[in-house]
Amino acid sequence: MAYDLIGKNFTPPDVRAKVTGKAKYAEDFRVDGMVFCRLLLSTIPHAKIKRIDVSKALAMEGVLGVLLPEDLVPLEDPLMPPVLTDEPKYIGEPIAAIAAVNETVAEDALEKIEIEYEPLPFVIDPLESLYPGGPAARTEGNVGNRANIELQTLHWTEEDFASVERGSMPKGKPAVEWSAGDLDAGFANAAYVVEETFVTGSNPHHSMEPRTAMAYWQNGKCHVYGSTQSQSMIVLGLAQYLGIEPADVVYVAEYCGGGFGSKATPYPIMAVPGLMSKKIGRPVMMRISRSEEYFLGSARHCLQGSVKLGFNADGRIAAADIYCLQANGPYFGFPDFLNSAQTLGACYSPLATRFRGVPVLTNTPPAGAQRGPGQNQFACILEPIMDRAAEELGLDRLAIRMINAPSDSTLLDARQSPMTSAYLADALQMAAAEFDWDNRKLRSRQRRGSKVTGIGIGSAMHTGGFYGFDGLVRILPDGKLYIHTGVGNLGTYSYAATSRIAAEILKYDWDDCVIVRGDSRKHLPWNSIQAGSNTSYTQSRTNYVAAMDAVAKLKEIAALDLGGAPDDYEIDGRRVFRRSNAAVGLSYGEAAQRAIDLAGKFSGQEGPEDVNALTKLALGGIAGTGLVGVAKDSADVGGMVATFTTGFIEIELDIETGRHEIKDYFAVCDAGTVIHPEVLAAQINSGAVMGFGMACTERAIYDPQNGLPGNTRLIQTRPPSGLDVPPSMTAFGVDKPDPSNPVGVKGMGEPPMGAGASALLSAISDALGGHVFNRTPVTPDMIVNAANGRLQSNGPLSVFTA
Amino acid sequence: MSDIPTKGASPQYFDAAGEGSGLANKRASRRQFIKGVIASGTAISTAGLVFGGLGGCSADSPPVNVGGVERLLSLNVNGQIRRVDVLPQETLAMTIRYKLGLTGTKLGCDRGECGACTILVDGVPTYSCSMLTQSVRGRSITTIEGLEGQDGRLHPVQQAFIDELGPQCGFCTPGQIMSAVALLETNPNPTREQARVALSGNLCRCGAYDNYINGVMAAVGRV
Ligand code: FES
Ligand code: FES
Repeated sequence: MAYDLIGKNFTPPDVRAKVTGKAKYAEDFRVDGMVFCRLLLSTIPHAKIKRIDVSKALAMEGVLGVLLPEDLVPLEDPLMPPVLTDEPKYIGEPIAAIAAVNETVAEDALEKIEIEYEPLPFVIDPLESLYPGGPAARTEGNVGNRANIELQTLHWTEEDFASVERGSMPKGKPAVEWSAGDLDAGFANAAYVVEETFVTGSNPHHSMEPRTAMAYWQNGKCHVYGSTQSQSMIVLGLAQYLGIEPADVVYVAEYCGGGFGSKATPYPIMAVPGLMSKKIGRPVMMRISRSEEYFLGSARHCLQGSVKLGFNADGRIAAADIYCLQANGPYFGFPDFLNSAQTLGACYSPLATRFRGVPVLTNTPPAGAQRGPGQNQFACILEPIMDRAAEELGLDRLAIRMINAPSDSTLLDARQSPMTSAYLADALQMAAAEFDWDNRKLRSRQRRGSKVTGIGIGSAMHTGGFYGFDGLVRILPDGKLYIHTGVGNLGTYSYAATSRIAAEILKYDWDDCVIVRGDSRKHLPWNSIQAGSNTSYTQSRTNYVAAMDAVAKLKEIAALDLGGAPDDYEIDGRRVFRRSNAAVGLSYGEAAQRAIDLAGKFSGQEGPEDVNALTKLALGGIAGTGLVGVAKDSADVGGMVATFTTGFIEIELDIETGRHEIKDYFAVCDAGTVIHPEVLAAQINSGAVMGFGMACTERAIYDPQNGLPGNTRLIQTRPPSGLDVPPSMTAFGVDKPDPSNPVGVKGMGEPPMGAGASALLSAISDALGGHVFNRTPVTPDMIVNAANGRLQSNGPLSVFTA
Repeated sequence: MSDIPTKGASPQYFDAAGEGSGLANKRASRRQFIKGVIASGTAISTAGLVFGGLGGCSADSPPVNVGGVERLLSLNVNGQIRRVDVLPQETLAMTIRYKLGLTGTKLGCDRGECGACTILVDGVPTYSCSMLTQSVRGRSITTIEGLEGQDGRLHPVQQAFIDELGPQCGFCTPGQIMSAVALLETNPNPTREQARVALSGNLCRCGAYDNYINGVMAAVGRV
């Protein structure tokens, strides 16, 4: 279908402020009388606080107040992370906050707090907790997760652990189990069976902007300036942490300096300035330092597990058996471990699958969703194993991926959901053509001195959209279209590209459109979190339904004023006019004025019953100002929206130093219709860059003896710099529409990272003659060890290692 | 600020079994704790903290200065002479952001690792988080706010970064631009590789390096 705006490049409205320095992030706001607060963080991985005495701190000149756990609204869910705690469960957990005229005074006052801990058992390694009598990260249990897995106690038997001596994953009683298809038959008839024990490292999110927040109270409302990917969705959780009604929260998040999953939902610490401000009656700024980000800034879950695959002679995966533990951190975490099977299912559609897993609580800083949570870790493990299987079966490495690529009949997860579309096979073919696979693969393993060429392929997936949120647009008497979006601004510009769907439907000139966002006072509708690769899909749906509602109202108003039926009218982006006689009509501005006169549903005084309370609130704020288009996107999409990316890479690996250089990277994504080509390519490339770090340099380490973190600086778990990426990168989209979306688009943000990471690991394994590490990251010393046939310093099951 | 929290008190652990011997051994003897708690006396660097009078945002609070006395300096910032009270340990990033109100310069790490705070000192790209304000007296300082012309015209590098869609989240962008401006001042015709090296001190977690380098190359000839 031919569109005027969709599929065309444009400059998103917020870019200019980013290059001039005018874009305001949380730490850039100043308010009269603003003071600062600093946090007291636990020095112990698990303890009860027996005594805390803040009197000396409070007596200091310049100290304005203290916030303690007792000041907080109690949380009902024990797995929900609290704002402050009197039972710290990891080193770096906030216990108290002190406000002072400046940070130096606050910091000195923290030193004056007297605190006595009663240390409790703690655990870093998930397996250790599952041993009979093993330590529990929580006094109430050792297993739990937000995926409806209640806080509970689980221990395996001595016999379950027998395999540990052989370095292979023990598999005791799982907390979650599902299966589909005939697993036994699949393995029994397989031509090749492989079983590997694996560990994937945790790595910090490293958002460049630390999670600073500033807050004050005015007229009974708490105004919070925060750093979050999302907008509307933040208000509810933040209100809960503040102990007030959502209507009493003013939330401003116009820009967010990176989140990657760690700022998608409200995080507890962002409530501290609001709570403190209420106590001391002053605006409070809480700056979070880079070091503190390693405790408060989230990280990817570390996975520990095994994967067994049975292949038919043609390379088709007949059976897959996954066991996956996850180091959950002490709170609800994210269900990364479950997503391992989702990746395998979506990218390789095994004929039979069994998944078993346990989210084990650990006394490590709370981990959470990071770009492709679970999917990307598992892709890193899977791709080198697929390469080995191809080699064992005498198949081409592209061919084994093609034969297993998903089809219309592929079903995912415990629920065995179909996908709304899955064009991974097209992506593989397009990327292979661009990469010149047939010729380039001949370079694989060629050696010049210490340098060996490695060729790799990696694919990854993620869910790519939600439904059920609300859309809100307004045409004002000035004739312009105001698109209200509550999704947030995480930096991918999808808020802008999806706003253009409303403009497209109303046939607007883009210059006559204004995106309204970034501040809850601007009457923003109930929109999704901006995460989970969902914005493009979800927001295009909400903007579509709101625009369709506006079109219907334009035609209704024209029919009311000028006679005939609404269907007799047509729009052209400026006017609504009679089909049979274009001279009879109203300009959009006139129609907006008529909507105000007519009131009721036309101007937002009345709205649909099924929209969210937050949307109703927004509607109340704009009622009577123009023609309002508002609707809930309620249609069921009939399956899981899935988005894919595949990457092809050529590297040169120096087997003497263990360092690699990326020569070329090509990637193609299946994200449905491409709505903003420039951003699509940027996301594919930059996601791969993040993946290169995950594959080779980034990891969180903890000392198992004391629970101490081994990295609290960027350099200790280094994200890629501009010199770690190929000199240029190529990326594009399959551009086949998804049938369940009104314009055919799907989300796309997360798989590019998994594709980049797993393609790089596939290439490193290739350069080493097919060596499979079964671990991320793959560091230079591991490469040198492998190249020299030496044992690795890490055991197959060790976690959080350097 | 210290890396690992040490405020208040620290525990000592005692490992009865001699740990580190692998998982199978761990269950045999759980580590034991000695509850002896010792007071910590960690020295904290105050360079990265907000201190002093804060240029108006704490106007009504008592002046509480720690670690020295403020001294009135004249700084040449973006072509203007700015008079400002500065503490001996105050970093240029703090002065710029909190006393001069120029918040376009970002703090990503406050310890010389990320480049978000990059500004120009006499044309040389400099991490302002790692430079003391007192050391730049008499030198010419340019921040991101100083690039735009008086008529609102963007610097060619800024315009090129828009055209090539350099920024994603935008937090590293001012730093990237300052490094690019410095490069093109000294080398108006860089190769792509030279541009990569010139910007390699500016981390971008969004990974937008390819677009940023496209921006630098697009600005060549426009400066
Ligand atoms: S803030 Fe100065 S280098 Fe990171
Ligand atoms: S654009 Fe986000 S850190 Fe560079």
